[in-house]
Amino acid sequence: MAEIKILKTKIDNPEEVMSVCPFDSIEYDGKLIINSGCKMCKICVKTYPDIFEFIKDEVIEIDKSLWKGIAVYVDHNMGDIHPVTYELIGKAKEMAAKISQPVYAVFAGHNIEEKAQQVLKYGVDEVFVYDDPELEHFRIEPYSAALDDFIEKRKPSVFLVGGSTTGRSLAPRVAARRRTGLTADCTVLDIQENTDLDQIRPAFGGNVMAHIQTPNHRPQFATVRYKIFDKPEPVEYPTGKITLASLEKDKLASKIKILESRKKEKVKGIEEAENIIVAGRGVKNENDMSLIYKLAELLNAEVAATRPLIEAGWADANTQIGLSGRTVKPKLIITCGVSGAIQFVAGMKSSTTIIAIDEDENAPILSAAHYGIVGDLYEIIPHLCDIIAQKSEKGEMAYV
Amino acid sequence: MKITVCIKQVPGTTQVEIDEETGNLIRDGIDSKMNPYDLYALETALKIKEETGAETTAVSMGPPQAEEIIREAYMMGIDNGRLYSDRKFAGSDVLATAYTLAQGIKSVEIPDIIICGKMTTDGDTAQVGPEIAEFLNIPHVTNVLSIVEIKDDSIVVEVDMPETIDVAEVKFPCLITVEKGIFQPRLPSYKLKQKTKDREISVYSLQDYKDKNENHYGLSGSPTQVVRIFPPDPNTDHEILRGNGAEIAETLCSKLEEMKYI
Repeated sequence: MAEIKILKTKIDNPEEVMSVCPFDSIEYDGKLIINSGCKMCKICVKTYPDIFEFIKDEVIEIDKSLWKGIAVYVDHNMGDIHPVTYELIGKAKEMAAKISQPVYAVFAGHNIEEKAQQVLKYGVDEVFVYDDPELEHFRIEPYSAALDDFIEKRKPSVFLVGGSTTGRSLAPRVAARRRTGLTADCTVLDIQENTDLDQIRPAFGGNVMAHIQTPNHRPQFATVRYKIFDKPEPVEYPTGKITLASLEKDKLASKIKILESRKKEKVKGIEEAENIIVAGRGVKNENDMSLIYKLAELLNAEVAATRPLIEAGWADANTQIGLSGRTVKPKLIITCGVSGAIQFVAGMKSSTTIIAIDEDENAPILSAAHYGIVGDLYEIIPHLCDIIAQKSEKGEMAYV
Repeated sequence: MKITVCIKQVPGTTQVEIDEETGNLIRDGIDSKMNPYDLYALETALKIKEETGAETTAVSMGPPQAEEIIREAYMMGIDNGRLYSDRKFAGSDVLATAYTLAQGIKSVEIPDIIICGKMTTDGDTAQVGPEIAEFLNIPHVTNVLSIVEIKDDSIVVEVDMPETIDVAEVKFPCLITVEKGIFQPRLPSYKLKQKTKDREISVYSLQDYKDKNENHYGLSGSPTQVVRIFPPDPNTDHEILRGNGAEIAETLCSKLEEMKYI
């Protein structure tokens, strides 16, 4: 198995060698050892090639030509297709064109046959429809059976799933069944000629991006959040076909019974907002949120927040921006006292105009923004509100 | 009834950066803590224990130091702790992590309920739970908002679905992942700390597993590979504005006007 081999166990500079590991996994107790905290990042191998050696696995390569096409899971609720599906179809088509392979969609539910036409409009080559009363509600066993059945039939090279509640439950389940790789919350996807998927996502919970591949397993599973990719235009003359597929009774069986399903009150999600004002840790106490709300009202914007504020209970959890919250792509976003950890930036960086106000000159948000403002939000926002209020009053006067 | 909670030790801060010159990771300090979402999973187990007298176990995969979070679970009232720790588990991705945990759980017995937190703060994937359920061939439900009822052979829960709240009855054995806010996690108790300070934590290595094939664990058992890590692209098309509050507000306002946001 792959491992980091220690070539010399006795060394003169243990302190120095130990400090090179960002995970504190090198220990020295008379002799050098690597403990189970090792993440195989191989920094030690790079820094001290005379002490550590990376032993690679002998890999028996799979025949990638047996796996063709890019599949997209149709994310829906009772047949209402979630737009993340179309965004993924757009990306799938772009990648499939590069390798001249088909794009599939997999649609499981009940009374959905007609809805499948909608998917075809976006230029999918084949929509697999699993329509059965047992698939009316999302339950993990029959839904994963449907995806697995499709994989068996078409052997896709790539499987893209929206990062919704259901997608994040379904993709890992099927990926595990297939003993294959899954990369969550990708922010960039591309495909190589040999059909290897290039996946980029934030990693290690910090200010780091990771480029990830699944070089010897198929299908390559990836989940992507809503609003990461653009929604494509429908094609003028759809040429794809619908294939009706069915599952055997035992595959539809579930140990889960849905006793009740009540509609949630529809709140306008921040994903749909055109303008957003975000409050971050620079907002010092809950009362000061009124500043943010005032600015939002003047700019006809929705208010969102970062994780610490959500955890403090100052804002609704549905308004959290970032990888553990929502991804947004508004026209205008103004961040107030947000330092801009990568988890946050990944959730808003595709916005058309980003304005960041933060006191800390070195805050990462300032370089992520189109306009980075170094300053105190408590000084700037009241002034800004006054000016905007004045202007809009004058504006109104002009119409009288 | 038996309940197992999966917990993880995560970095105390998110200050991981990349050395621009060498491309290496730099992590400040050695601070680590229990993944905050796991506290809700532990609390859920303890609430069920109060109601049914269930036996609770906390399991974790990680380096020997991860014993600290199992001790913390003891201080909250968890009965048993198991740590899956082996250098051969190093470099595990989602699949290998879930497989290691599933094998560890299986090496003793599959409990009635396995509870996981919503996600970890260092991986942010929320995908290990469902993969564990697959490896154990048991049903799973994610995003559980509340426990409605515990029956003899099933649990009834409220699930946060994209458009609906579903009430689902799930037969044992099963795995659930719980939302933050399902219960308010209790604080570790000093009394329990004293009482459990000598309580054993069983440590399992690959030797103790049924499947000892090294290729199923760690880097070898991980289908995904990190090709490279790099700092995120700064926005190259950006302007930095400085000045006093009033000046900045003026400039900003004219920019907003220019771009027709006002």
